[in-house]
Amino acid sequence: MSVLELRDVYRTHGKGDTAVHALRGVTMTVAPGEFVAVMGPSGSGKSTLLNLAGGLDAPTRGDVVVEGSVLGDLHRRQLAALRRRRVGYVFQDLNLLPSLTAAENVALPLELDGMRLRRTRDLALAALEEVGLVDLAARFPDEMSGGQQQRVAIARALVGDRRLVLADEPTGALDSQTGEAVLKLLRARVDAGAAGVLVTHEARHAAWADRVIFLRDGQIVDTSGPLDQPEDLLGGFPEVHA
Amino acid sequence: MSVKHGLLALLERGSRYGYQLRAEFEHTTGGTWPLNIGQVYTTLARLERDGLVRPLPESDGGQRPYEITDTGRVELTLWFATPISQADRPRDELAIKLALALTTPGVDVHSVVQIQRTATMRTLQEYTRLKARAEDPGDLAWRLVLEAMVFQAEAEVRWLDHCESSLARYAATPLSSAATGSDLAEKARASQTAAYGADPGGPPR
Repeated sequence: MSVLELRDVYRTHGKGDTAVHALRGVTMTVAPGEFVAVMGPSGSGKSTLLNLAGGLDAPTRGDVVVEGSVLGDLHRRQLAALRRRRVGYVFQDLNLLPSLTAAENVALPLELDGMRLRRTRDLALAALEEVGLVDLAARFPDEMSGGQQQRVAIARALVGDRRLVLADEPTGALDSQTGEAVLKLLRARVDAGAAGVLVTHEARHAAWADRVIFLRDGQIVDTSGPLDQPEDLLGGFPEVHA
Repeated sequence: MSVKHGLLALLERGSRYGYQLRAEFEHTTGGTWPLNIGQVYTTLARLERDGLVRPLPESDGGQRPYEITDTGRVELTLWFATPISQADRPRDELAIKLALALTTPGVDVHSVVQIQRTATMRTLQEYTRLKARAEDPGDLAWRLVLEAMVFQAEAEVRWLDHCESSLARYAATPLSSAATGSDLAEKARASQTAAYGADPGGPPR
């Protein structure tokens, strides 16, 4: 079963003449162990797609399905629980709380979910271990470098059993080496069985993905995956919409 | 760079014979620049003629090793010290192809851009996979070569994105009539004038 599925998804902001069509009929699936990058010019709908996938926004038409649940069919509380338990978010703005230590920041989503404190602490340390920061667990965000803070944000996105990891320009302000380390972490998590979606305008970063989807004006205009796909062996050109 | 300087650099490590040079050259460039043994021997012959290397006595196995001369070392030092000029690189076939696509009636430039971008993106993914496997500290030289290719491919994708947005912005302007000159440079200039004439900032490069 796919972890994420978008079925003919439309998202329109506003009505009538002033309506903005952020997404127009997007269909895609992301399987466990699959890392998909979404590229496209500003305003092509990349971030809208990510917000819909994470249940932060709802489609005007079509369905978003996360691990078999159609998000539109869920009650508000069920949706919130799914967001907390199943989906990890990494944004360019790290949104780390300055008054909490690294470990407390990472444990926060689990605590909000009502998990026992001791257990949240263990899981937070395991997630920090995964990003190589377990030694800094007791530090506050302002006692860490930008790259370390970003790794804490990633640990928070990965903590517990999150099968869908969504990242929006996660390497934003980082230098090329640190940015690459972030992508390696995401790649490793996906290789361990999660599904990953990365929004980026950097081809070098998108290249870490198994598939790269190009969006333009709210539509998928082409997809580049590895060459061993059956459609490539048939020698067909990618489908192109002018 | 030339095979010539590559071989000189390898010989600076010590004397080598042809097959060793070929193997080490390909190892350093991670197999991205295959050499045939004939190329190695013709290059060695030219280096010898120019006094940059000299042959040593044949080994028992019948292999003839070469060593670098002092003149060769000077040449190598100069090569490392001199930046590569843009003009020394081969012409950019892709840029020329796009310029021609833009000025040839009936060619869908958007699809030329998109097909190229998909292909370049795939190449970039392949380089990245190779890079992810080259984690050993001993792989540093190979990884740097790979990263050079990664950054070049990335630049090409960015340029294609730029072409696409330029095409979208100037889509309303008719392009065709200027494409009559036989000379490519003239064609490219003419099409730029036709396509981008309204923009004092000039066309994308």
